[in-house]
Amino acid sequence: MPSLKDLKNRIASVKATQKITKAMKMVAAAKLRRAQEAAEAARPYSQRMAAVLANIAQAVGADDAAPRLMTGTGRDDTHLLIVCTAERGLCGGFNSQIARFARDHVRKLLAQGKTVKIICVGKKGFDILRREFASLIIDRVDLREVKKIGFENADRIGHKVIELFENGEFDVCTLFYSEFKSVISQIPTAQQLIPATAGEVSAEAETASAIYEYEPDAAAILSDLIPRNISVQIFRALLENVAGEMGAKMSAMDNATRNAGEMINKLTLNYNRQRQAQITKELIEIISGAEAL
Amino acid sequence: MVMADSFNFELVSPERLLLSEKVTEVVIPATEGEMTVMAHHAPTMTTVKPGVVTVKTAGGKTERFAVFGGFADILPDGCTLLAESAVHVDELDRTILENRIDAARAELEGAVDEKKTRIEQFIAELTKLGEIVIPA
Repeated sequence: MPSLKDLKNRIASVKATQKITKAMKMVAAAKLRRAQEAAEAARPYSQRMAAVLANIAQAVGADDAAPRLMTGTGRDDTHLLIVCTAERGLCGGFNSQIARFARDHVRKLLAQGKTVKIICVGKKGFDILRREFASLIIDRVDLREVKKIGFENADRIGHKVIELFENGEFDVCTLFYSEFKSVISQIPTAQQLIPATAGEVSAEAETASAIYEYEPDAAAILSDLIPRNISVQIFRALLENVAGEMGAKMSAMDNATRNAGEMINKLTLNYNRQRQAQITKELIEIISGAEAL
Repeated sequence: MVMADSFNFELVSPERLLLSEKVTEVVIPATEGEMTVMAHHAPTMTTVKPGVVTVKTAGGKTERFAVFGGFADILPDGCTLLAESAVHVDELDRTILENRIDAARAELEGAVDEKKTRIEQFIAELTKLGEIVIPA
């Protein structure tokens, strides 16, 4: 049985923890709002990019003029996986969810006899995947120092990927990240980057593309556009990830705060019960002492 | 004088939508030379090199943006400029430009052939942009 003093100390320490988790929750909520705004602001660009790309890809057609980034190498022996996770923990199952999803994918590919290479973006995913696939990880990108993810960060990763592709290091590239659905639900998602898949062409775009003029020419524009599109996709994934991380952190910290509250209640009840027991005991001692006289 | 017809112009960078307005005239630094877009332009797609985009809004104001490469989609009733990165000329200062030039220079190391020419050209364009925008 813990003494009164022990209980008092425990209550104080749980209270301190609760204060911290509460503060972290509030910080996460503020950051979440900012992350959501950033994701929102980035949407017009990627939407228009997708529309333009679909349009132009249709004009170029699947002939030889189409760049290799789009048609692929014609093989699918070597897979490159870009796994984007957060830099920090304390956000529930967010990081392990993505890592687990990527791990299942890697196992599946390995079982099929493919070669797998991994690029880790974010420390947490690297820590988890390193345990099992240390030899497959060819690179890692550290965004720990980055306060606000800008397009340059994504662009740098994009350039790296394209360089690897041009050197024939891989055939298929897939991006792993968490799609931000809501504060309580983030869905791990895999998206194929190379060969690039052009979206569906709407009927309206189809008629428009027939009369487009291209400057310099459609193929040149396409080969300029696709690398850019890869960077944009990575950028979008990173932004979704930040929003997802903050959402997960918020709900994790909310849970922790609530648990701490429950614990404090229980401990306080215990403390009071013991305090009363002690008072009763003292009274009995005094009374029985008085009676003995 | 009859006012020229206006059309929708949108300037978007990956980070945000910078401008979405009715305009009468936009000058775009296309790769093949500068291009003035007005309403009822023939549908065109073009790549854009680093330079200054000048926008004349329907309200008669003129705004200037520095863009660092990108892509323009022009339709008779609208124009969308997807810039790799764009800033309002008033917000641009020497350090931003110099950082970019330095980054490109760093990339130049070890680059060969076509890529090397491309980066060299990019640096030249940035330098020119700096001369236009920032008074020495």
